[in-house]
Amino acid sequence: MQLSSETKIKSVAQPAQRRRKYAKLLTILLFLAPAAVIYIYFVIFPVVQSIYYSLYKWNGLGPITNFIGLDNYTKALGDKTFTTALSHNLLIAVLSIFIQLPLSLMLALLVARHMPGRSIFRMIFFLPYVLSDVTTGVIWSFVYKPEGGLINSAISSLNLGEPQAWLGNTDLALFAVFVVMCWKYFGFHLILYVAGLQQIPADLEEAAKIDGASTLQVLRHITIPLLGSTIRISIFLSILGSLQYFDLIWVMTNGGPVGASETMATYMIKNGFQRFQLGYGSAVGVILFSLCFIFSIAYQRVVLRRDLAGSGALT
Amino acid sequence: MLKSQSLATRLPTTKQLLGYMPRYIISGVVALVVLIPLVTAVLGGFKTSGELQNDPFGLPKSFAGPNYTSILTGKTFWGQILNSTIVMVATVTLIILISSMAAFIFARLTFPGREIIFNFFVLGTLFPLTVAVLPLYITLRQSNLLDNLLGIILPQVAFSLPVAIFILRGFFRTIPVELEDAAYIDGCTTFGFFWRILLPLSRPALATIGVLNLVGSWNNFLLPLLVLNKEDLWTLPMGVMQYQGQYGSDWAAVMAFVTLSMVPAIIFYFLAERQLVAGLTAGAVKG
Repeated sequence: MQLSSETKIKSVAQPAQRRRKYAKLLTILLFLAPAAVIYIYFVIFPVVQSIYYSLYKWNGLGPITNFIGLDNYTKALGDKTFTTALSHNLLIAVLSIFIQLPLSLMLALLVARHMPGRSIFRMIFFLPYVLSDVTTGVIWSFVYKPEGGLINSAISSLNLGEPQAWLGNTDLALFAVFVVMCWKYFGFHLILYVAGLQQIPADLEEAAKIDGASTLQVLRHITIPLLGSTIRISIFLSILGSLQYFDLIWVMTNGGPVGASETMATYMIKNGFQRFQLGYGSAVGVILFSLCFIFSIAYQRVVLRRDLAGSGALT
Repeated sequence: MLKSQSLATRLPTTKQLLGYMPRYIISGVVALVVLIPLVTAVLGGFKTSGELQNDPFGLPKSFAGPNYTSILTGKTFWGQILNSTIVMVATVTLIILISSMAAFIFARLTFPGREIIFNFFVLGTLFPLTVAVLPLYITLRQSNLLDNLLGIILPQVAFSLPVAIFILRGFFRTIPVELEDAAYIDGCTTFGFFWRILLPLSRPALATIGVLNLVGSWNNFLLPLLVLNKEDLWTLPMGVMQYQGQYGSDWAAVMAFVTLSMVPAIIFYFLAERQLVAGLTAGAVKG
């Protein structure tokens, strides 16, 4: 805006204009420099370096000399532990979409409007989200404790069946951790849905009801479609989160027992830091990153296209 | 339902409340599932280990249990609170300052290549910290930032910049150009406009960014796990993890430590629930 007014008086004030142009350039540089330096140094640089490291066999300490091409990648894709970990990530994503999100949506519909006391419920539902994953993981390790833990105590005092070693059983560990993920994160999705529901004008639903639509019909034909963009975004966040899952699993099972709850991220950290295979760990990181990246781009282009069209996020 | 809405200004009648019964039952059950583990943890901290083992659900025999007092009178817990606070305050301050400066340029100045540079920053929303953590570790080691709180703060800032810049640019654009012109006519410098007019007007958006990163920083675990070896630098999540490892068999003591570690987060939650919800919604939809 300044520029256009300046060009008009070009002939009169050339030196002043040049000075202002430099001042503007200086402003741009000064204001962008801190963000650019930190962002490039701590985000872009490591991401690019991980590609470089992934082509070497490197323990993270000595000089990087042992170039092995794509061997780390073929090794990872051929390693059963890694592919199992990948399948766990996908399973978590599927479970989130088909169990956690519908549950959050149902509860959001219950507490979004009308019901007296709804804000108290919302507050309780959202509470676990602010706790750290470590706190959550430690509390739930107690809940799942084989002897004297909450669940097994409840089971034996109510005669509900056999107590289990929830986190120590290879068939149960991943599902036990998934329950905790739901416990911690359903409130987050619920909050998104509640915000979405509040955007829907009440008249629309009322009008349908006056026209004789049942509650279910209103839900199916009006509420859910109008909530579409929120649902699509929560699915997006849920899948991305599932692909990178680390904290809770590290605290509760450390990926075990025998890899039963291993995810790509725990596998990456174990190889990179505990087994000192930094090159290999980097390759796993690049695979993980590529999956997230391809998924994000594809999902944004295909599914979120309409939703983002107005916000300018794709430009 | 229809009725209840038209009478919304009045208190609901008993009949209406009865109509809500199924909702209350379902919501109530879920609320219990959320609260029971937390309440058992709080009560568990007052018990002895044997008591907790035999009767995890009951009330403690006495509320004078030694677990809480021994943690609160020791140095470890307070040291970790202090470290977490330093990291959090520095992270939030830097993010707000740096991202608003960059967003200001992207929102208010026109220059060739602006959109390309902006998109270069926004690209960062696709790089979560987890995937870059191994090379980031090497970078931090080369920069002598291991075992240094800055090794947590700076990466946290860096990985939060893309979303923050994106949200703030959107907000800054809504502030009328007339205001900016008026400020310049009155002799305001570019920096003066940014500092004295734009930032104060953007308080809601800045609060959103601040609250989001505050929680993220307070709860961050992966970075401290890799970066901090020295115990006296540990943040709270590291402390909880270590405490459980060390006193794993004494669950009552662990519960006391976990409970105390939750207190700041819960206090904050009750103070800033609204901003947090607004921030998460904005962050999700726009990020």
